[in-house]
Amino acid sequence: MNNFFNRDLWNEIISSLKSNKTRTLVTSFGVFWGIFIMVLLLSAAKGFETGIKHKFQGIATNSLFVWAQRTSMEYEGMSKNRSYFFDNQDAKSIKDKVKGLKIVSPQNNFTTLIQHNLKDGDYTVEGNAPEFLGQKSLKLTQGRFINQQDIDQKRKVAILGWGLIDELFEKGETVIGSYIRIKGVNFKVVGVYKDTSIDGQRNIRAQQNIHIPFNTFSQVFNFGEKVSYFFITADNNQSVTDLKEKIIGLLQKRHKINPKDKRAIGNFDLNEQFEKFNMLFVTLKAVSFFVGLMILLSGVIGISNIMLIVIKERTKEIGIRRALGATPYVVKKQILSESIFLTLLSGMAGVSFASFLLFLVNLKIDSLDPYDSMILNPIVPLPTILIIFIILIIFGLLAGMIPAQKAVKMKPINAIRTE
Amino acid sequence: MLKYTNEQIAAMIAIQNLHKSYQIGSNSLPVLKGIDFNVKEGEMVSIMGSSGSGKSTLLNIIGILDEADEGSYHLDNIEVKNLNEKIAAKYRNKFLGFIFQSFNLINYKTAVDNVSLPLYYQGVSRKEREERALFYLEKVGLADWSKHLPSELSGGQKQRVAIARALASDPKVLLADEPTGALDTKTSYGVMELLQQINDEGKTLIIVTHEPDIAAMTKRNVELKDGLIIGDTIINQVRPQLHV
Repeated sequence: MNNFFNRDLWNEIISSLKSNKTRTLVTSFGVFWGIFIMVLLLSAAKGFETGIKHKFQGIATNSLFVWAQRTSMEYEGMSKNRSYFFDNQDAKSIKDKVKGLKIVSPQNNFTTLIQHNLKDGDYTVEGNAPEFLGQKSLKLTQGRFINQQDIDQKRKVAILGWGLIDELFEKGETVIGSYIRIKGVNFKVVGVYKDTSIDGQRNIRAQQNIHIPFNTFSQVFNFGEKVSYFFITADNNQSVTDLKEKIIGLLQKRHKINPKDKRAIGNFDLNEQFEKFNMLFVTLKAVSFFVGLMILLSGVIGISNIMLIVIKERTKEIGIRRALGATPYVVKKQILSESIFLTLLSGMAGVSFASFLLFLVNLKIDSLDPYDSMILNPIVPLPTILIIFIILIIFGLLAGMIPAQKAVKMKPINAIRTE
Repeated sequence: MLKYTNEQIAAMIAIQNLHKSYQIGSNSLPVLKGIDFNVKEGEMVSIMGSSGSGKSTLLNIIGILDEADEGSYHLDNIEVKNLNEKIAAKYRNKFLGFIFQSFNLINYKTAVDNVSLPLYYQGVSRKEREERALFYLEKVGLADWSKHLPSELSGGQKQRVAIARALASDPKVLLADEPTGALDTKTSYGVMELLQQINDEGKTLIIVTHEPDIAAMTKRNVELKDGLIIGDTIINQVRPQLHV
């Protein structure tokens, strides 16, 4: 009797639910629909998030890019509209003075004539540090990337984008170990990469860049100490956005730039952009949860409403049961159990149906190119299902509370007398 | 005085100076105006009276389905007063069996499930419940109908199932409110015969009726009028066979 999972109690519940199939079905539909919509909304939000995040895959998102532009303000006797360059000392200084940074990698680049045997074309050449590989979503398909020896010994080696192979090489020709001429200087090809970022997928030019060691670039092409860009990545537990002001302040000081001059140092905070995305997803999730919950609530109000009608219909039955010795506790327990059972059952049916639909949607999405779709793998994670489960039980209790209270408040004799 | 108290103790039902009135709007309508009434174990009492005489109210108070405003009521020497609903339910279940005019079976439960319901509320195990329910169904002659729903039974059969249900928890007193009110004469006599048989086995019965021929089949006739007992006579029990 005291056991909630008592077989007799369940028999009672099921037989009383069965005794009026139409109302059981109609009642359940409200909750079924609410949960169904909630799961669909949540998984759409999740799928959208997965889809967008997939496009950032491989990129160190906790990164800040800075580059030198012209000054727009006078400062310490320096004229405005002055052009300046970063230098190698800046990298060392940033690393030394700003704590929490993982990588500060410099870059210089230009677009120039590239030749291989009889083929040629204008492509972008980047002088990069070995760490650059971890900052961009570059995937090596052959050979290797720039390493420290390349930097130290200023080796003339090059890593080509796969988009260049068709342009510069004959079909079937061996790429690794061959030589290309950059602005008339011979470089040995040691690797081929593929850019897997969204930009790389959309833009063939991103697959046609040439990476050479930074120091080699500086020496061979006469850049001296000059640095055009810094790619700065912070430690995982440290937001680069928080360090941005410090880094820029340091660079301003080093290059005699007015601290109020916002235009002198160009910068792009990927982390900030990414955080904005994250906020968008959090908001999206919260909105879908809220909307789902509200729809669910209306379903639950439906259950409560119909339970009330049912209690009224069953007043006599409840009176008879009480004449036969059912205590108010037993009556309440049965009504609450019915309501929870109904809510849970229809809720789980809603989850199942939504899951089935998502399964079909996933089949369709999987057959598409992941880079083309904004939504990837729309699923509802198990913890969310558990939360929904708990919400359902609470809502079921709420739905049953008023009818149960009403059922035991009536005197049994009055209950029996109702027709 | 002492003799009276002893008599009271010996009684299955002992009622003294019972008052009950119903509130209708701002007016108070007295229904019972001071009832003194004792029933000893093994009696078969009929309560008669015109409608509005208070006989059903008296039965409901005896059945702990309603509460008196004033006076005392002892059921098997236990005072029934200010009971909370939980204890009231327990007493109803253990001490009392109800038989209603409109049978009041639960229409989506089979005969055997209806009969075993009081036992379910006692916490009796499933198997034993079924056995005991079948035993009482056999007693009322409906063993073959145990798996039928009330809608598949005739009025007389429904009342027999209700009687089996009232007996199921082996109560001290059986309370019947117009048990034959919805039945034709022949079926009524069949039901009364069954009730007599149950009384012969020692069970105390109180039957509310307004039919003199039904009242004649009991052993004692109490007459109510305007909330007071106006007659209380021991009668010679008529056996229904005589009528058939």
